[in-house]
Amino acid sequence: MKVPGGSPPGIPSLPCQTERERPNTMQALYAQLLVGLINGSFYALLSLGLAVIFGMLNIINFAHGALYMMGAFCAYFLLTYGGINYWWALILAPVIVGGFGILLERTMLQWLTGLDHLYGLLLTFGLALIIQGVFQNYFGSSGLPYAIPDLLKGGVNLGFMYLPIYRGWVVIFSLVVCIATWYLIEKTRLGAYLRAATENPTLVRAFGINVPRMITLTYGLGVGLAALAGVLSAPINQVRPLMGADLIIVVFAVVVIGGMGSIMGSIITGFALGVIEGLTKYFYPEASNTVVFVLMVLVLLVKPTGLTGRAS
Amino acid sequence: MTTITENAVPATGRSTSDEMIAFVIMAVLLAVVPLTPIYPYFVMQALCFALFACAFNLLIGYGGLLSFGHAMFLGTAGYATAHAVKEWGFRPEFGILFGVLAAAAMSVVTGLVAIRRQGIYFAMITLALSQLIYFIYLQTPFTHGEDGIQGIPQGVMLGVFDLSKPITLYYVVLVIFLLAFLLIHRTINSPFGEVLKSIRENEQRAISLGYKTDQYKLLAFILSGTLAGLAGAVKVFVAQNASLTDVHWTMSGEVVLMTLVGGLGTVFGPVVGAFVIIAMQQYLASFGQWVTVIQGLIFVICVLTFRRGVIGEIAHFFKRSL
Repeated sequence: MKVPGGSPPGIPSLPCQTERERPNTMQALYAQLLVGLINGSFYALLSLGLAVIFGMLNIINFAHGALYMMGAFCAYFLLTYGGINYWWALILAPVIVGGFGILLERTMLQWLTGLDHLYGLLLTFGLALIIQGVFQNYFGSSGLPYAIPDLLKGGVNLGFMYLPIYRGWVVIFSLVVCIATWYLIEKTRLGAYLRAATENPTLVRAFGINVPRMITLTYGLGVGLAALAGVLSAPINQVRPLMGADLIIVVFAVVVIGGMGSIMGSIITGFALGVIEGLTKYFYPEASNTVVFVLMVLVLLVKPTGLTGRAS
Repeated sequence: MTTITENAVPATGRSTSDEMIAFVIMAVLLAVVPLTPIYPYFVMQALCFALFACAFNLLIGYGGLLSFGHAMFLGTAGYATAHAVKEWGFRPEFGILFGVLAAAAMSVVTGLVAIRRQGIYFAMITLALSQLIYFIYLQTPFTHGEDGIQGIPQGVMLGVFDLSKPITLYYVVLVIFLLAFLLIHRTINSPFGEVLKSIRENEQRAISLGYKTDQYKLLAFILSGTLAGLAGAVKVFVAQNASLTDVHWTMSGEVVLMTLVGGLGTVFGPVVGAFVIIAMQQYLASFGQWVTVIQGLIFVICVLTFRRGVIGEIAHFFKRSL
């Protein structure tokens, strides 16, 4: 008996299985690894955005999950009401939601400069409640479907497993985006200004660089990354108002583990934890929800600053 | 940089007596509630949350540590008490004791992990820990998952007070609340509390003065978690159930909101904040999800314009500590 597309995720091999079905459990392992990589892409994109925002604004953006959800909804609206396809949504949704982020920064977040960092957390927490609440009012809590674009439908047989093309695309595309962001911040002149302004805004300002505008754009960039993750996730996970709410807490754990000391650190930690989570789902599914948090505890006990973190 | 408890007025001899006068007024007002048409169940519920918020405020207001996972203590004590009373037939006082001990044990373990970082990291770690606990309770059989533990017998406390009588229950809850409140007040004004405040103001200096600040912070965390547990244990007898709602991170957010509305780092702020938020939820329940939006708006407004909170503004205006 062969289950199409491999065993259902999260179900380990049963003792009564015959030899013929063995490959299926291996397929389940690969499937879980793939799911882990995909979740890892979302963790990486989101924690990257958080790191970028934290670097410039010193704010832990609690609204990040809600903005990720807005990205997915934005793609849904563009398709349903504007007939604009996935490829355009991939560009437009981050721009639109990023613009919304810039609006938030200009109207609210900028007033917190000089206050305790905790106020930023509280303000963005409030924003997350508002955004999620509004979407829940209009769309309930159930999910809306978003079709996989035609070009990425179907899958390829890799010999050892069946790979749905869209899933492969998500992993590769997010990797590219992550590396591009890393390049932008670590290797370009703009990135150098950004890093300098993080270290000493007054001095950078004295060189005639408009630091407040850079802060605003950075927030927009971070939000755009969250929205991009939202668009990528729309065809895989359903588009739901609370899709970001529980994800963001896992991402926080990822951030604590990684330490947010470096951009590359966020990316690697994000992907690695996704994979570890996927492996747990295969070997010990009961712990799959908690493994990231347990890892966080272990890392904190050994190295309180996180894996790549510098002492604060 | 302005700290999150900028409004806290240093306690002097005079302000302590102000606080005692305010305490007597509060106690008398709460004691006459059953004689008024106010729904006692609502006040009992608010008192449980007020205690929860006071316990939370002990940590943020005096230790400068923003815990975003305090729901885990409320929920853990609730489950432990509910299980002990319903399955093992514990008497209410022992049920509460068991719940409080469970919360204390949990706060020791989580505190040891969480106090290793400060500021927003501390907030994120406590949040993640409480989500870990949430998932564990979602899966363990004794919590009955989504159903929660329901139909908890109220029993007779100390063999005298029949908790199934609403009036008796009300006064038992009130007395527990007032005693815990006094305990918190005493803690804040003790030498321990003074050291805690110095850590909040300038941890490096406290360290250089020879204080082992980590131990103080851990002790404050344990005390706060244990008292939050007391709130959760008492709440079981009021609500007669223990459910996942009390462990979910939205509950941790709510207690932050209560304290923020009332005034971070003020003695009476959390009580006022809890009553405001519980009343709001009670009377706006028909608006459904809009309540979340309104809570979010209050959060944003408080952070942007009203950082001292209700009691903080009053205390600042009269230059008194409340």
